[in-house]
Amino acid sequence: MIEIRIHGRGGQGIVTSGELIGFAAFSDGKYAQAYPSFGSERMGSPVTTYVRIDDRPIRTRTLIYNPDFIIIQDSTLLATEPVLDGLKPKGLVLVNTKKSADALGLDLNSRVLTIPATELAMEALGRPIVNTTILGAFAAASGAISLEGIRSALEHRFTKELAEKNLKAATKGYNFVKEKKQ
Amino acid sequence: MARTFTEGSKAVAETVKLCRPNVIAAYPITPQTHISEELAQMVANGELKAEYVTVESEFAAASVVLGASATGARTYTATSSQGLLLMTEVLFNISGMRLPVVMTCANRAISAPINIWNDQQDSISVRDAGWVQLYAEDIQEASDLHLQAFRIAEHPEVLLPVMVCMDGFILTHAYEPVYLIEQKEADAFLPPYQPQYYLTPKNPITFGAMMGPESYMEARCQLDRALCGSARTVEEVAKEFKKRFGRFQGTLVDTYCIEGAEIVLVAMGSVISTIKEAIDLLRKEGVKVGLLKVRCFRPFPREAINKALVGVKEVLVMDRAFSPGSGGVLATEIRAALQDVKKAPEVKGHIAGLGGREISVETIINIVKDRKSVGREDRFVDLKEALLS
Repeated sequence: MIEIRIHGRGGQGIVTSGELIGFAAFSDGKYAQAYPSFGSERMGSPVTTYVRIDDRPIRTRTLIYNPDFIIIQDSTLLATEPVLDGLKPKGLVLVNTKKSADALGLDLNSRVLTIPATELAMEALGRPIVNTTILGAFAAASGAISLEGIRSALEHRFTKELAEKNLKAATKGYNFVKEKKQ
Repeated sequence: MARTFTEGSKAVAETVKLCRPNVIAAYPITPQTHISEELAQMVANGELKAEYVTVESEFAAASVVLGASATGARTYTATSSQGLLLMTEVLFNISGMRLPVVMTCANRAISAPINIWNDQQDSISVRDAGWVQLYAEDIQEASDLHLQAFRIAEHPEVLLPVMVCMDGFILTHAYEPVYLIEQKEADAFLPPYQPQYYLTPKNPITFGAMMGPESYMEARCQLDRALCGSARTVEEVAKEFKKRFGRFQGTLVDTYCIEGAEIVLVAMGSVISTIKEAIDLLRKEGVKVGLLKVRCFRPFPREAINKALVGVKEVLVMDRAFSPGSGGVLATEIRAALQDVKKAPEVKGHIAGLGGREISVETIINIVKDRKSVGREDRFVDLKEALLS
């Protein structure tokens, strides 16, 4: 089972991110579960979403303490919230920032990948809504979901026009990571 | 039958739509809101031909479905927590008038202190309201139970309201793969409601008339007999559902790894799935542990519980609600049921997961491993001692 924890702020589409990753995995033929941690959330307050992907039905209904992947949609959370807690030793952290992974100076026994998702999203959508760009980057970095799966998720969730725009954003994120890897 | 990946509340709303309710009345309250919003949208879009009555409170919502049901309409409402408590007076009237209303209770803690997260104190607190109460383990079961609920409620020998309880957030706000039934299949399983008695100017009758000392008690006894008797319908409908749709998650109860189990955990709701994970891990260590899932809490399935627990040495009950000054409600009722059994197992009660407190796989493993340290008093699990001083 793959466990993913997504951190962001209220209004950044964190709940949608979880739903889209889950749907992408589902349309890739896997089992998935997405669960947003709700509370007295409001615009700007820290929000977390949990996603599980597996080849068999998922029964555990708890929060995720030891994720394989952590996605941080807002890098300012690194300074104020324990967002890296419990990451598995060979896990991966994906951070939305213009900085390089080294410049973040995270003391981790794990892979750290950065992506300027806000800038890429501005190019694709004309708005700083980063979740779909990061989704593409996550697909490329983890291999846990496919770009085709993301396309199905977007087409399921949005109108045709919005799905196309967001697929462009996701593809930008995907290509950014693929090119960085080489 | 289409399979999709969707939110619990959406899956429930889709299934309620398939049941073709004539009248829906609900007042938004977290974590039930998504269900009533979805249904309101369906009615506004013309996808669901129903009267959606927007009301000023849960008391009004319950009153509207009572009145509508008395005219012979198929009715539905949904609520949580304080909303359910505000409905309480009407809940007793609905069952007393033998009206087959179906409700979703998105289980949430009760104030004070105010808390929007999950436990089952709301539905457990109205256990004596005379409603059938069914508890869902996952989104698929929550969704399927609504189709079953109308069949149970409207059965001529039942004619009682049914409350489908699903854990708030854990099931209402989670996304999972779900099989959604086609309208044709739903119609074949759930034909239109044929009321025997209903309000119409053509044949004026009274519902809920006064009954004095000479007859009130008999009416209450009939309510009890009908509710006890509904157990058979709950079982039959679950079996017919299995035959038609291939899905089965238990009748009154369900079991997991109970063959040869010395220790059995008993619980209701979404924690069941997590308990199954814990049992798989414990079984690998050689601990002979199994699970009894109580799917139907009202009527209380005494016989099915006793049958499942024959030969078991220790019973560990997990309650997500309690009666202050007494203890876990499910634990208390299990103890009472086991009075009928020779060499009855020892029952230890655990109150866990109140107000959204996490019940992890470790929590459950620890309940099994620490069972010897629990005495006659039910234990509050994972308490933070520092906050109690």
